[in-house]
Amino acid sequence: MNTEFKKISDSLWELPRTGDMVVPARIYCDENMLKGLKRDRDEMKKGSFTPALDQVINVASLPGIVNASLAMADIHPGYGFPIGGVGAFDMDSGVISVAGVGFDINCGVRVLRTPLKREEVEGRKDLFADTLFRNVPAGVGSTGKLVLSVSEIDKLLTRGARYVIEKGYGLPEDLEYMEEGGAIGGADPGAVSLRAKERQARQVGTLGSGNHYLEVQYVEKIYDRDAALAFGIEKGDVMVAIHCGSRAMGHQIGTDYLKTLEEASRKYGIPILDRELVCAPIRSKEGREYLSAVNAAINCAFANREVITHLLRQSTKEVFGISPRDIELLYDVGHNTCKIEEHVVDGTLKSLLVHRKGSTRAFGPGRKEVPERYRKIGQPLLVGGSMGTASYILSGTELGMEESFGSAIHGAGRLLSRMKAKKLWRGKKIISDLGKEGISIRSRSMSGIAEEAPGAYKDIDAVVDIMARAGVNRKVARLKPLACIKG
Amino acid sequence: MTYRYLEHMADMGIESEGDSLCSAIEDGALAVLNLFFDLNTITEKSSITVRARAGSIEALFVEVLNELISLRDRDQMALKRLITTEFTEEEGSFSYRGEAYGEPFDMENHAVKSEVKAATYSGLRYEEVNGRHILRCLLDM
Repeated sequence: MNTEFKKISDSLWELPRTGDMVVPARIYCDENMLKGLKRDRDEMKKGSFTPALDQVINVASLPGIVNASLAMADIHPGYGFPIGGVGAFDMDSGVISVAGVGFDINCGVRVLRTPLKREEVEGRKDLFADTLFRNVPAGVGSTGKLVLSVSEIDKLLTRGARYVIEKGYGLPEDLEYMEEGGAIGGADPGAVSLRAKERQARQVGTLGSGNHYLEVQYVEKIYDRDAALAFGIEKGDVMVAIHCGSRAMGHQIGTDYLKTLEEASRKYGIPILDRELVCAPIRSKEGREYLSAVNAAINCAFANREVITHLLRQSTKEVFGISPRDIELLYDVGHNTCKIEEHVVDGTLKSLLVHRKGSTRAFGPGRKEVPERYRKIGQPLLVGGSMGTASYILSGTELGMEESFGSAIHGAGRLLSRMKAKKLWRGKKIISDLGKEGISIRSRSMSGIAEEAPGAYKDIDAVVDIMARAGVNRKVARLKPLACIKG
Repeated sequence: MTYRYLEHMADMGIESEGDSLCSAIEDGALAVLNLFFDLNTITEKSSITVRARAGSIEALFVEVLNELISLRDRDQMALKRLITTEFTEEEGSFSYRGEAYGEPFDMENHAVKSEVKAATYSGLRYEEVNGRHILRCLLDM
């Protein structure tokens, strides 16, 4: 099978439909990045796992996929779907897949505005980092202050962030600035195992580990004044980004439904090119149950990030004497989800199930899902960096709605494996080097810091520029880190 | 005791090997636990029972690892190793029981590394070569 990607533009490449593919495969990247992906494919073919390029092609071969199998510029190998992968499926002929969502369901980023300027934080940065590290549970085995019973977890799964706000963790005005108002419909706690609920009972409001973080940042540069005004940000403003997901709830749902969907793939005779891509027809019993469980985990992640926000507000009050209400939510967006959304396909408005695996939703101007305050501009989307590197605030565009189902990158994307990173760097040295650059890092895991070294990721500026050049996302602001609490 | 980590850009591959299937499963479990903790900081004081059942050896491997990850998390344990207590094969159905040894997790005394979210079907493989049993899969980190 010919797998040569053809150039559509400097930042978009396509493999036309061939072999088992139902639709073309399209990747947002430049020529250099594509060369890198091909090199990775040649190297990985000798190993045990599927390269990212082949994963985009495998997704293009799933039943009922619409328009194209897409990968954003932060593409790298995942399991089943590539990370940075987007697949939209017809509700009648399409499938739902665990690999298109991932095990950390609704892992995402929220960004909060503070009334502080960079100069005000610099002097008390270490104290702020220590306070956050003490107040926000992070790392393997950490547990939250809010311990819930199974019946309380059931309420959280249907009511999402609203539930914890009613318990005093968070503010009602935050809800407007979360996707789905912090609680997606169609969540069924009955589709979630007791084990998932038992595991989650002590993990509400915990950061987790790996690439999750809470980062204090300042706005270094504004690219789009109108959008920045609408988003309420100015140069020098201190912001806080929280990156985490649904914790054990999502992990257990993924584990449970991987088995369910493997059986369903056999039952419904779905051709599978990669065992991890097991799936079920969206409207089948198994498909509907999994979607209900995903929705429950989506709500769990909104609630988690809301409780962490509460802890952030307490910490800010403690260190700077700022009222919790003065820490405002800019937006909260997930990047491991599948959602039923309306999109125009061949001139007709259709409901589709859009999987985004390591890809952020990025709806354009005018969409009803975007909060009114931002609707003229488009949805804010929050692209995370890695400790020493920059983060970005972007916005969705009309072209993105046409081309990418309103999707975007979610980060820089890894460049080196965790093993290579651990060989190259030591956690303590990274913390000391970043300290010299003025960035305070706190973590319980030195090997975790080494795995997440800034150099283990692609150049975020280059990745963001590809998406901006392609016109599917627009640059609004660039942020630099001041302090980072790593899980 | 034989396992090794396999290169993967975002996650972590593991390959374990033993002179029996059960020993390969145990070493796979060790590879997982060693990603969570510095195992030298854990003392064996108690155990949890890990049960799994699957229609193939490959699926059983994933099932055992996921059950270990899940129970460790639910019961908040720092675990050091898994020892097989029962393994049966009946008409294509594989059944496993093992004891995972360790102690209740204590943030002050146990050195943590990174959390393994789950074992996946990606790159999943079982082979028997010259009496050696080799298992391989990808872990979501």
